[in-house]
Amino acid sequence: MSSGVAVWFPIGVMIVGSAVVVGTMVSINRLLGPRGRDSAVKSEAFECGNPPSGGAWGRFSVRFYLTAILFLLFDVELVFLYPWAVALRDLGMFGFVEALVFIAVLAVGLIYAWRRGALDWT
Amino acid sequence: MIAVIVFWTLAVITVLSAMITAFSRNIVYSAFALLGSFAGVAGIYLLLGADFLFIIQIFIYIGGILVVTIFAVMLTQGVADMNISNRIVGLIPAALIALLAGAVMLEAILRTPWPHPGTAALNPTTHAIGNAFLGPFLLPFEIASVVLLAALIGAIVISRQAARAEA
Amino acid sequence: MQAWLDSLIARGAFGPHPSPDLIYGAAIAIACALVLFLVAVPFASIVTWVERRVWARIQSRIGPNRVGPNGFLQWLADGFKHICKEDVVPAEADAPLFRLAPYLVVLAFILPWAVMPFASSLILADLNIGILYITAVPALTVIGILMAGWASNNKWSLIGGIRSAAQIISYEIPAGLAIFPVVLMTGTLSMQGIIRAQGWAPDRWFLFANPFCFVAAVILFISGLAENNRTPFDLPEAESELVAGFATEYSSMRYLFFFMAEWGNMFIAAAIVVTLFLGGWQFPAIVQSPRLMNLLQLATFMLKCLFLVFVSMWIRGTLPRVRIDQMMSLCWKYFVPISFINLLGTAVWVAIFPDGNRFTQWLMLSFGVAVVLLFLARVVAFTRRARMELYFHPTI
Repeated sequence: MSSGVAVWFPIGVMIVGSAVVVGTMVSINRLLGPRGRDSAVKSEAFECGNPPSGGAWGRFSVRFYLTAILFLLFDVELVFLYPWAVALRDLGMFGFVEALVFIAVLAVGLIYAWRRGALDWT
Repeated sequence: MIAVIVFWTLAVITVLSAMITAFSRNIVYSAFALLGSFAGVAGIYLLLGADFLFIIQIFIYIGGILVVTIFAVMLTQGVADMNISNRIVGLIPAALIALLAGAVMLEAILRTPWPHPGTAALNPTTHAIGNAFLGPFLLPFEIASVVLLAALIGAIVISRQAARAEA
Repeated sequence: MQAWLDSLIARGAFGPHPSPDLIYGAAIAIACALVLFLVAVPFASIVTWVERRVWARIQSRIGPNRVGPNGFLQWLADGFKHICKEDVVPAEADAPLFRLAPYLVVLAFILPWAVMPFASSLILADLNIGILYITAVPALTVIGILMAGWASNNKWSLIGGIRSAAQIISYEIPAGLAIFPVVLMTGTLSMQGIIRAQGWAPDRWFLFANPFCFVAAVILFISGLAENNRTPFDLPEAESELVAGFATEYSSMRYLFFFMAEWGNMFIAAAIVVTLFLGGWQFPAIVQSPRLMNLLQLATFMLKCLFLVFVSMWIRGTLPRVRIDQMMSLCWKYFVPISFINLLGTAVWVAIFPDGNRFTQWLMLSFGVAVVLLFLARVVAFTRRARMELYFHPTI
């Protein structure tokens, strides 16, 4: 049990455990909570007491999408750098210069995004 | 034995989620169902002893690509109308692409010497990947940064146009 | 624990023909269940009571004090109240996704506990990549929150959900970069490995190892606040503008799950900082018994984490909320560039001083002590002044 992929066994247990926790609590809630008192007003969307003005599934600012793209790019970069960071002690100066080039190219990207106002939230 | 059960569970989750993604009439369901197939693939990586790849799958695919996909779907106008997804646009090109991709995958599957699921030793793979970046894969590692830069510039240019159209 | 199980098997406690794998597996499953039901879930609930008491103190109120001694059982009362409430699914909502979202959020809050290094031998799974695992899991929270926000079909929920997702993913970048100084110094990604590389005395903590680490620790803690939607970054559930953000349409148990996850995640963020920079469970070896030692280490780890949780409550009680543009520019224009400089600086530092530099450690430690003393002096001065004003104007 101490070798190989078995180290990950607790994570599997946790996945099942969390589903059990939520499932049981929601079921108990269903047993104990009042039911069958639905009314048209109660089940409409909450809009501070006013009747809702149309559905919520519309459009939102494209800013959020740009943030997500920026995140994705830097996330990929992080992932490239983790193995480098772990191995740096054996790689020496050459490894450092290599990562410097890698980061410099992406720093150019960050500066470009900054200059074009992609980091401003207006 | 346990490894086989885990493998089949993961495989079923992956394929079922992929089927929801492909056949659901609701594009939002399609996007969220990707979670199941990404997570299932991550689990299979783990079963093969590739722990770093597992984390990458969660970091990049669930944390990044899935969020971007969901944002993109939510940005789409009229997404609440249930029947905008999965219209059959260009059946023949789609079949061609699927066939080509399938051939490549089949080739890869047949060529790879697969370790038996569950018996793969869990050596720390991160260090080895780090060394590989600085050795045989030096050029791809550096090119990756240029690709990321290009993607960044592209994203900014496109979204600036979108922002201008919005204003 | 394995040795203990082996001895039990040898004594025939599990019958004449035991299957060791099955017994180990069952033992691990029981240990997981214990962590889940005795630590994770009660902790996240008790913290609600602590937080309300702390805020009350900060705002010169008393806070909940009726249920149990000093109101300690308030969390149980809240739980019972929520479980007896009606579970409403709005008519316009997307019911399957609406019901699924709490599962994802709770899953993301439960998973990190599997790699939580409570003590030198109290850890469920000491993974090779533990620290990456614990930083990757918030990705699931993002999906859960987006799902909740979308499925509610409510404008507050959708805006809150999208804001929250944008905030969490943005601050994942500085949080991920803040790990690098420690990884560069230790060359490992395992939680226990990182703690073992530190000592029990503060001068051996990575917080004071060099200036870059100190900055990284501050960035990591603030990013932790932002990733958990804590004040001053609580825009996604800004009560005064967005009602309750992505949880607006949720009621009863499902509503409670979102907030349980939020409070539990605060502890997890604190545990990451403690593991990386504050020496984790390290405790001077004053006793021989390994069992007693583990208990002392557990207490050390929990106390350090609870202190950081307390700091976050303190911040929540005293700071106003930032605007979304301020939050985003803090992340992308300050934290990300500073973190990159940090990363390169640490790499150079490690090249110059492969085994650390004692002089810098002492210098950084005295700097840290000076900051804390200065801060305490300010607090004392302010309370004295406030008391003076009360003396002259008793009506305020």
